Amino acid sequence: MTSAPTGEPLVRLTGVNKWFGDLHVLQDVDLTIDRGEVVVVIGPSGSGKSTLCRTINRLESIERGEITIDGTPLPAEGKELAALRSDVGMVFQSFNLFAHKTILENVMLGPVKVRGKSKAEAEKRARELLDRVGVGHQADKVPAQLSGGQQQRVAIARALAMDPKVMLFDEPTSALDPEMINEVLEVMVGLAKDGMTMVVVTHEMGFARRAANRVVFMDGGRIVESSDPETFFTSPTSDRAKDFLSKILNH
Amino acid sequence: MQFFLDNIDLFRDAFLNTLGLTLFAGVLALVLGTVLAGMRVSPIAPLRGLATVYVEIFRNTPLTVVFFFVIFGLPQIDTVVPFFTGAVIAVGTYTAAFVAEAIRSGINSVAPGQAEAARALGLTFSQTLTTVVLPQAFRTVVPPLGSVLIAMAKNTSIAAGFSISEVSSLLARLSNADPNDLLFILLGVVLAYMIITVPAAIALNRIEHRVAILR
Repeated sequence: MTSAPTGEPLVRLTGVNKWFGDLHVLQDVDLTIDRGEVVVVIGPSGSGKSTLCRTINRLESIERGEITIDGTPLPAEGKELAALRSDVGMVFQSFNLFAHKTILENVMLGPVKVRGKSKAEAEKRARELLDRVGVGHQADKVPAQLSGGQQQRVAIARALAMDPKVMLFDEPTSALDPEMINEVLEVMVGLAKDGMTMVVVTHEMGFARRAANRVVFMDGGRIVESSDPETFFTSPTSDRAKDFLSKILNH
Repeated sequence: MQFFLDNIDLFRDAFLNTLGLTLFAGVLALVLGTVLAGMRVSPIAPLRGLATVYVEIFRNTPLTVVFFFVIFGLPQIDTVVPFFTGAVIAVGTYTAAFVAEAIRSGINSVAPGQAEAARALGLTFSQTLTTVVLPQAFRTVVPPLGSVLIAMAKNTSIAAGFSISEVSSLLARLSNADPNDLLFILLGVVLAYMIITVPAAIALNRIEHRVAILR
C-alpha cells in the first residue's frame, strides 16, 4: 500500500466547466486532491479525463470554475502562470522530450532556466534522478536513440528535477509497447510510495489497484464515481462504471 | 577582354560594395526576420498584428519602391541616410519579411508537444521560443532560408539605380564606354555574383547536414 494522504488539500477544482466549441468537455467538475494522495482518473475515451488533467497546469484553459494549487488560484497567463507550472510536474503520453538536446540536458533545462540553479548543481541532481529511473548510462544520448519506455522514464526524471508539489500523468503508458509499460509503472509506483502527490490518467487497472488511494471515474465530462480502488473495482455503484469495467476486465 | 582587364579595379570595388550590401542586409534581415517570426506566434495579440502588417506590407511591395521610400521618402521627414546605409536598410527590411515567413513555417513544423513540455516546466513564452522551439525550427528552415538569402544577394543589384557603384551598375557604365567588350563585362558581372552566391550555397548545404536532426 501507499503512504497515507495527509487530508490536507493541495489541488482543488471547483465547478470547473470547459467547452471545445459546442462540445461541453468538462461539466461542473469538483475534485480535491490531498497532499500525498495518488488519484487515478479512468474512463472511456472522450470522457474528458485527459482534458481534466491538462487544466490543472492550465495547458487547457477553463471557461468557468476555479482551480487552486496549494491555496493559490491558477493565474491566467504570464510569469505568474509559468512560476506556478514549475511546481506542477507533467508527464505526457508522447514523452515530449526536447529532441535537440541530450537526455542530461533535458533534465537540466528546467532547473537551470526556471529555478536559476548552477549548471554543476543541476547536473549532479539530474544524474541522480536519471540513475533513479534507471537510465543514468544513457545521459549523453539524444531522445531518438532511446526506447519509448526509457524516454518516458527520462520525462519523469525531467519533471522530478523541478521538485514539483504534484505530478500529472496524462496516459503515460498509452504510447508504449507492452513490454515497456511495466518499467514505467514501476517508477510511478516508487514515486507513489515516496509520498508524491499524483494525478494519473491511465488505462492501467493494475497500477490503480497497486498504487492509488482513490479512483475517479469520468464519463461524458463529469465525475461519475470517486472511491477507493477496492470499492471501485469490486462494487462500483453507477451503471456506467459497471458497464466500463465489464468491457475492460472481462478478458 | 583588354578593356575588361583595364577596369578590373572598378570591378573589385563594385564587388566589395555588393558583398558589403549582402552581408549587412543579410544580418539585418535575419535578426529582424527572427524577431518578426517570434512576434507572429506570440500570445500577445498586438504583437502578432504588428508583425503580420509588417510582413504583408513588405512582401507585397516591390523592392524598388522600398528603395525609393528609404532614399527619397525618408528625407521628406527629415531623415537623410547615406546611399549605402539606405540600400542596406531597404534590402534588409524587405528581405526580413521573407525570412520571417520561412522561420514561421519552421516554427510550425516543430511538434506542439515540444512547446507544451517547455511550458509545463515553467519556461516563459520567450524562453520556450529561444531554447526549445527556434533551435529546432532553424534546422528545417535552412533550405528555404538559403533561397531567400541568395535571392537577397541578387536583389542588391537594385542599388545600382540609386547611385551605388555595385556590380550590376558596371553593366551600364562599362558597356556604354566600350560596347565591343560587352560579353566579357557580362561574364565578369555574373562571375562576381557567383563568387558570393555559390560559396553561400555550399556553406548552407554544409550547415543543413550539420544540424540535421535525429528524429
